[in-house]
Parts: sequence; structure tokens; C-alpha cells
Amino acid sequence: MQLETVLILEHRDYGAGYRLLKVAAPGIAPQVQPGQFVHVRVPRLNDAVLRRPFSVFQAQADTLSILYKTVGRGTAALAALAAGQTVGLIGPLGHGFPLDGPAERVPVLVAGGYGMAALYLVAQRLPRQGMVFVGGCSAQDILGIEDFTALGWPAHIATEDGTRGVRGLVTDVLDAWLGEGRQSRTPEFFACGPNGMLQAVGDRAQAGGWTAWLSVDRHMGCGVGACLTCVVKCKAPDGDWVWVRSCKEGPVFECRQIQWEEES
Amino acid sequence: MSLNSPDLSVNLGGVRMKNPVMVASGTFGYGPEYADLVDLNRLGALVVKGISLEPWRGNPPPRTVEVASGLINAIGLQNPGAEGFLRDYLPFLRQFDVPVIVNIWGRTVEEYAAVAERLSAADGLTALELNVSCPNVKEGRTAFGTNLPMFRRVLAAVRLKTRLPLIPKLAPDLSQIKAFAQAAEEEGADAISLINSIPALAIDIETRRPVLGNRTGGLSGPAIKPIALKLVWEAAQAVRIPIVGMGGIASAADAVEFIIAGASAVAIGTANFSEPTTALTVMDGLREYLIRHNLGTVKELVGALRC
Repeated sequence: MQLETVLILEHRDYGAGYRLLKVAAPGIAPQVQPGQFVHVRVPRLNDAVLRRPFSVFQAQADTLSILYKTVGRGTAALAALAAGQTVGLIGPLGHGFPLDGPAERVPVLVAGGYGMAALYLVAQRLPRQGMVFVGGCSAQDILGIEDFTALGWPAHIATEDGTRGVRGLVTDVLDAWLGEGRQSRTPEFFACGPNGMLQAVGDRAQAGGWTAWLSVDRHMGCGVGACLTCVVKCKAPDGDWVWVRSCKEGPVFECRQIQWEEES
Repeated sequence: MSLNSPDLSVNLGGVRMKNPVMVASGTFGYGPEYADLVDLNRLGALVVKGISLEPWRGNPPPRTVEVASGLINAIGLQNPGAEGFLRDYLPFLRQFDVPVIVNIWGRTVEEYAAVAERLSAADGLTALELNVSCPNVKEGRTAFGTNLPMFRRVLAAVRLKTRLPLIPKLAPDLSQIKAFAQAAEEEGADAISLINSIPALAIDIETRRPVLGNRTGGLSGPAIKPIALKLVWEAAQAVRIPIVGMGGIASAADAVEFIIAGASAVAIGTANFSEPTTALTVMDGLREYLIRHNLGTVKELVGALRC
């Protein structure tokens, strides 16, 4: 973890309403593990008291990139930045996806819309090839498929309105694949998306006796474990439950750690 | 000492600090959280997040919400309890040459006294900050922070259990600040700190529900700075014990204002979340200010308001 003022190399439309921000971060970028995030101090957001967290989308050598959509003040101010300007980062932060699972497991990535941003590095860095399932409300919520297919990972797509891929939820497509018994090997899930999707993936993993790594998205404060804003209800060893920091112990949890009942 | 290096050291009611800039309870965790980003040895003091006798879960999320120039928080004092703190964090903190002040709280007078006694028996802690004014735990605020007889009782009970410097943290109560500050002095406090966050509310207008899981929370950040400054100024006129001023400090200029108002030391709170090195830039800027104003010590600036 370090503080770094980084130069913006590229800032462009990525498709589906998203923007890609690529920076030179020679301190942070080489340290990034898949599923980790950076905490961005957005310039010219003068009355903001918090940074804004973003999953690292891609990281190569001294550069890293994030994907975002303008949804509020922070991202609107971010969108106004141009190549050549600088931005302050803290990173890399959090516990990401472990890539050291047994070789016989087939990696199955499950993304809800923007969740794919946190999963790209998993596909790129895993020594084993797997497949990706992506879902969204509509065709315009499906992004980055080409980045996965370029790695040779087949993509299964579902949209709720049927405008791209199969009509339905991403878990419908996942269930179809699981049900077809095509998986001669044991699946290992890596998922990022809305809570409902994460829980559904976790349920399937637990029913099958498989492992599922879920990246949760919580409202975040300091990003380094000090403020206790971003807590997730997790099972405690004694059978009780505890609030656990998604910025520090997470954002990636194995599905059996999370206590979904009562999670809102 | 050369003219170009003013003396920043402060003796805060027995807490010997290299400089008057500390980090405020609840905004710096228990030390390790920021240790990769900030040299803890440079801090005037480190005030760790509120500790109770037993572990405490805290409030359901959402626990914070950003508002204009501020943050409303309702963490609810989640903490590992006194034993957990001593086991998991004190050994780490003892590696550093920095005064460690533990913020403590309880639900009853007896719990306050018990946690003070337990922590005082440990080696390596410098002082106790008494949280009687957190807006997020009902018993804490209602019973102790705004009720003068209860405030005196809890302070007296803790005083009996510890020889460590004791620093009650006062609620931002405009009408009673002098009375509370004087009561603290009379009950044997070595210093006082103020202000705690200000009770506040944010509403989601689409759902018509409070944004925070606890419904209300405490407002901190630059939005509260002028209010905090007025309270520090008033308290400074009421007592002789030193004051730790805090509330929205984000720059050296902010810190200088608090010192001029009467604070002997200042604490950086919410600003740590956006700029973890704020305490360091504040102390550098404070040093430059003293040089620019031909002041040899920071003490000369304390309470130097001209009016």
C-alpha cells in the first residue's frame, strides 16, 4: 500500500457508457493483485471528504487502469480529467482473488455488468483457462467481452431484456451450463456484481461443494481499515457473526464467510 | 536551538509531545492501518479508536455518508474490547516512539471505571481520552455527555482508577461548554479535548428513509470547523488545563486558528480519510508559520487571539 501521485496516460470511452482511465503508477501498478482496488483522490472535488474506490481493471508493468461510469459528483469530476493531468491514488488495497487453487479446477468467472472490471486480471493471470458468464439488464450493460475472448476465454452472456445473449439472469445461463454436466472438472467461481447475484453464485457453490470467491461492493470510507464504514456481516468461528471490513479483509470473500441472512 | 527551528514540543497535562499535532480517535484506527503511509514516529500523539471493556459490534450499515464539506458517521463504536486491543494492537504500537492515547467508553459508570483500570495496568499507554460524547451510542451521549452530574460521576470514577493523564472529550454543546470544561477541571482532568462530532441527519428523499443505518450520526469535517473554533475559544477562557482542539482541521492554517483560539494541541480527524498525511503537512506548515511570525515556540501562540 502506498500513496502515489500518478500521471493520466489515457482517458477514453470504453463502451456501454463507461470510461477507461489509464495512469502511470510505477509504485502501485506492479504490486496489484487481481480483485484489489485503488482509492482515488478526485481533483477539483473540493468539498468532498472521502476518496473514491475503484477496482483495478487492468495492470501491466508500470500502468494500471480503472473503469467507471458517471453516477455521482465524484465520477463526474473524474470524467473532466484529461491525459497529462495527475491524480492521487492509494493502493493497491484490499485482499483480492486468490489464484493458487488446484490445477484441476476450472475457473468460472461470473460478472454482473461492471463487475467484470474486477475480474479481468483473474482471467489474464490465471495459468488455467476458464470461462466467463456476464449478465446485465440490457445489451448496454454488457461490457468488456472482447477483452476476455482475446484471452481465449469463452463468454456466456445473459440480459434481462434479451437484447444480447440469452434472455434472463446470468445465473440462468450458469445453471444451464452446470446442468448440462459439461464440467468434467470441478468449477471454482470468481464473481463480482450485485449482492443478489453474489449470493446466488455462493448458493450454487455451497450446494455443489465448490469454492466461490465473491467480490463485494460496499460504500467505503477510508479504504485502509480505519473507519469501519464498509463492513460486511460475516460468520464468526464461534457460530456467531461479526462485522468485517470489506476494504481490508475483503473485498473478496469466500462465499462461506458471508452471512447473507439479514444482509440488506 | 536555532531561530529557524521553532520549538513545537508541548506538554499536554503530562503527555509530552514532540509537536502539537495528533490524530483523532476513530479516524486512524489502532495504528497499523496507516503505518505504511504515515511515519507514526512523527505524530504528536496517536489517539486510538474508542475501546470498551468488552468487544462491541457497532451499528448496521450504512455507517457513513458524505455531505457538503463533511461526513456524517454512525459507526457505533465497533471495537475489539480492552483485552482484544491489548493483545492485538498494543505490541505493534509499542514499537513506535509516539504517545498512545486510548479513547475509552462504557455504557455505565462502572464500565468506564473498569476499562480505565484495565488499560492503566498495561505498559505502553500514555493517556486516556474519555469519550462521553459520542452521538452514536445512546447511553453514552444521553447519560454522560450532556448531563453535568453524570459527567462528573463518570469522570470521578475513572479518576480513581487511573494515574494516567485523563482527557475528557466534550460534546459540542454551545450552551454548556464552559460548565462542562470547568467540571472536567474540577474533577481532576489533566486536559480536555473538543469537539466531538455534531449530531446530524441525512435523508434519502426517494425512500424517505434516513441514509444511515443508525438513522442519525455525528457530523465532522470542514463543515464544523467554525463551530468547533468558537467552542474551543469559549472553553479556553473557562479553564486553565490544556485543550486539544479539533473539528474539521485539514490544513496548517486551520490548526493555527485553533491554537490562537486557545488549543495547546490539535487533532486531525476526518481529513485523514482523504489525505492520510494531513498531520505531517499540518505540522510542517505550523513550523513555517511560527518562523514567519518570529515565534520561537508554539506555546507563545496558544490563546493569542487579539480581541
